Amino acid sequence: MRQSDPFVPQIYRVERVSRELPDTVTLDLTALNGPRPSFEPGQFNMLYAFGVGEVAISMSGDPTKDAFVHTVRNVGAVSGSIEKASPGSILGLRGPFGTAWPVKAAEGSDVIIVAGGLGLAPLRPAIYTIFANRVRYGRVVILLGCRNPKDILYRHELEQWRQRLDVDIEVTVDHADPEWRGNVGVVPKLIPMAAFDPHGAFGLICGPEVMMRFSANALLDAGLPPDRIFVSMERNMKCAIGLCGHCQFGSAFVCKDGPVMRFDRIARIFAMREI
Amino acid sequence: MDVATAPNMATISREALQSLLDVLAEDHDVIGPTVRDGAIVYDRITAVTDLPAGWADFQAPGRYRLERRDDDALFGFTVGPQAWKRFLHRPVETLWTMRKSDNGATIEGDTSAAVKFAFIGVRACELRAIAIQDRVFAQGPYPDTAYALRRQNAFIVAVNCGQAGETCFCVSMQAGPKAESGFDLALTELIDGDGHRFLIEVGSEAGARILARIPHRSATDQEIAKAAAVIAGTESQMGRHLQTDGIKELLLGNLDHPRWDDVAERCLTCGNCTMVCPTCFCTTVEDHSDLNGLSAQRLRKWDSCFTMDFSFIHGGSVRQSPRSRYRQWMTHKLATWIDQFGTSGCVGCGRCITWCPVGIDITVEAAAIRANPRPRAGQRHGHT
Amino acid sequence: MATLEQILQEHSLFAGAPAELIRLVAGCARNRIFQAGEYLFREGEPANEFFLIRQGKVALEINAPGRAAIVFETLTVGDFAGASWLIPPYRWVFNARAVELTRTTGIDAACLRGKCEADHELGYEMMKRFLPALVTRLHATRLQILDVYGKH
Repeated sequence: MRQSDPFVPQIYRVERVSRELPDTVTLDLTALNGPRPSFEPGQFNMLYAFGVGEVAISMSGDPTKDAFVHTVRNVGAVSGSIEKASPGSILGLRGPFGTAWPVKAAEGSDVIIVAGGLGLAPLRPAIYTIFANRVRYGRVVILLGCRNPKDILYRHELEQWRQRLDVDIEVTVDHADPEWRGNVGVVPKLIPMAAFDPHGAFGLICGPEVMMRFSANALLDAGLPPDRIFVSMERNMKCAIGLCGHCQFGSAFVCKDGPVMRFDRIARIFAMREI
Repeated sequence: MDVATAPNMATISREALQSLLDVLAEDHDVIGPTVRDGAIVYDRITAVTDLPAGWADFQAPGRYRLERRDDDALFGFTVGPQAWKRFLHRPVETLWTMRKSDNGATIEGDTSAAVKFAFIGVRACELRAIAIQDRVFAQGPYPDTAYALRRQNAFIVAVNCGQAGETCFCVSMQAGPKAESGFDLALTELIDGDGHRFLIEVGSEAGARILARIPHRSATDQEIAKAAAVIAGTESQMGRHLQTDGIKELLLGNLDHPRWDDVAERCLTCGNCTMVCPTCFCTTVEDHSDLNGLSAQRLRKWDSCFTMDFSFIHGGSVRQSPRSRYRQWMTHKLATWIDQFGTSGCVGCGRCITWCPVGIDITVEAAAIRANPRPRAGQRHGHT
Repeated sequence: MATLEQILQEHSLFAGAPAELIRLVAGCARNRIFQAGEYLFREGEPANEFFLIRQGKVALEINAPGRAAIVFETLTVGDFAGASWLIPPYRWVFNARAVELTRTTGIDAACLRGKCEADHELGYEMMKRFLPALVTRLHATRLQILDVYGKH
């Protein structure tokens, strides 16, 4: 469902703020007038902090629930302002924009989800959708890498997911203290050990670009076809509707040909500097 | 005088041109070329005397100079620094104003009245550029309705060029010199023993209606032939050539070519090329609020991919080196634009060559890579 | 109960190895079990024995003053713990601690080095098996030190 004027924000109210990490919060947003537009996992909204500016944030909530859920990390003026939003305050919102994770196309196949750091946030709606329709998928594997155990996003939820019998979850961190009983090392290392059928599987990767490149290569090494590996790209966005030119990545506009992009379509420029 | 062979061709006198301006001025902002500050710019005009009679422009890489002609031609020049985009795709635009209220906020979109423009003297390359920007702004999944309205309301009087400049290469881009479509009326200036007159071609219903209101007569076969000769002459005078076959694959296959380092040593990343280019469309947004924090405004402004923060994401800009920013501009213009919008982004107007302070020439850069292509060694595309 | 040779054969380091090579290596090998918290080796000790992990998890860690040890890698089934036995001065530079009950095949370093020196075919075969694992680990380590999740 498209709103009438994609240039103009709609007003949303912050219903709930949960702090995830020292610099990261999750906001539940509801529209002031009427229900929110529907969205697909992988899409993003432009969130507007009054008088400060806009920033592109992926949805990280359940597509079947009422609110827009956004996990926001403070990395600049706009995200910093949004991170300090209190319940009851208002934000502007334009969206949803962008392409979606191939959750429909992946039905009937194994799905391996590789998340790095905050990259778990844009993947979470896909995970919710897959769990809601679990019977339609083969094996589901979730691999998460973070800096250290304190930075594990949605830890409580991950632990709940781990209790399911129909999903494999592995977490690794770059370094830890000995209290951590889990894995230490980079997330691509987890891929050779994960149990899934590479030739029939879909890979969904999200995280810092370097991590996505190495994870994509690890999935290729494991035998996944390049047209079944998907990454979520990030570039400077101003308009989010393909008119301002900022988000260009080769021939693609990340705002409308992405952010979710098929690896084989971008493989050539993905490893190039300053494209 | 066989009118039937060219029913949409007529001839008007220099005086009738004034009538044309007057008729259009009834309900349009009439914009046309005029001399100012040593250049020919597009601005509001009311009289034929506002036009650059007897002026020509000498152009070369990094050089622009007006020179007197030895006749009184009104359109005896090529293109100046500005493009029509500054009227259709405005340099500064207020997108919306937001005011906080008791239970949220109210937003008001841009309420300025839609202007109706009449453009006088649009060259074939500029018609193509307008069509290219139409593709970007009015024909994508999220059309800019303000642009579309201005575009719809614009009345276009094209001019077929009587001369080509040293930096012109519209022929290479198949964007001229003859205005083929996209105009309401098209003029070809004729000055000879038979007088100073204009062949006028009707390109639309609106054009026909306007022509009916100004003094005109049927064009003679001789005049039609002379006009064709003028255009043919222009076609043969092109100062530059750009070989376009396979250019997308050529540039995208040579992203690590040493030529990019070469041009990077010359390029100042000043962004002049993007300002004068008739198809460059990038913009940025600026958010303002008042001191109370009760009202906020968002402006959209022209931007350039040459700026350091054009590609900024947390951690730094993706394109920091001048090399990468020049490469982005040129590969977008000539190559990735084709994937995005189905045509080249370049119309061969030569402005980027003329107005580059250090005279970088896009045709020379493309030719240098074509002369010595160096594709990258086999990359891992995931094809095992 | 599986013989040492059968156990070696199962480890990914020796996947597809000819029987003769297995037999030679088995002559330097023995079973070693570590309880959770036990150290396989410590920093500074002579690198006499390295360990093929059959089951469990091993943390590689380094001590730093004033804080808990920093774990920078965990190894699991199919990995081997210890590379310093390959190069002089044959001393461990890190600690290796069993995170949980861990079963390993310990290989006497001096024994294996001696056999490789005497039989260069064996030596080359062993290098061909160790080097890919070490290169992969080097790549992973380089990626790890980039601190990609950190704020920039």
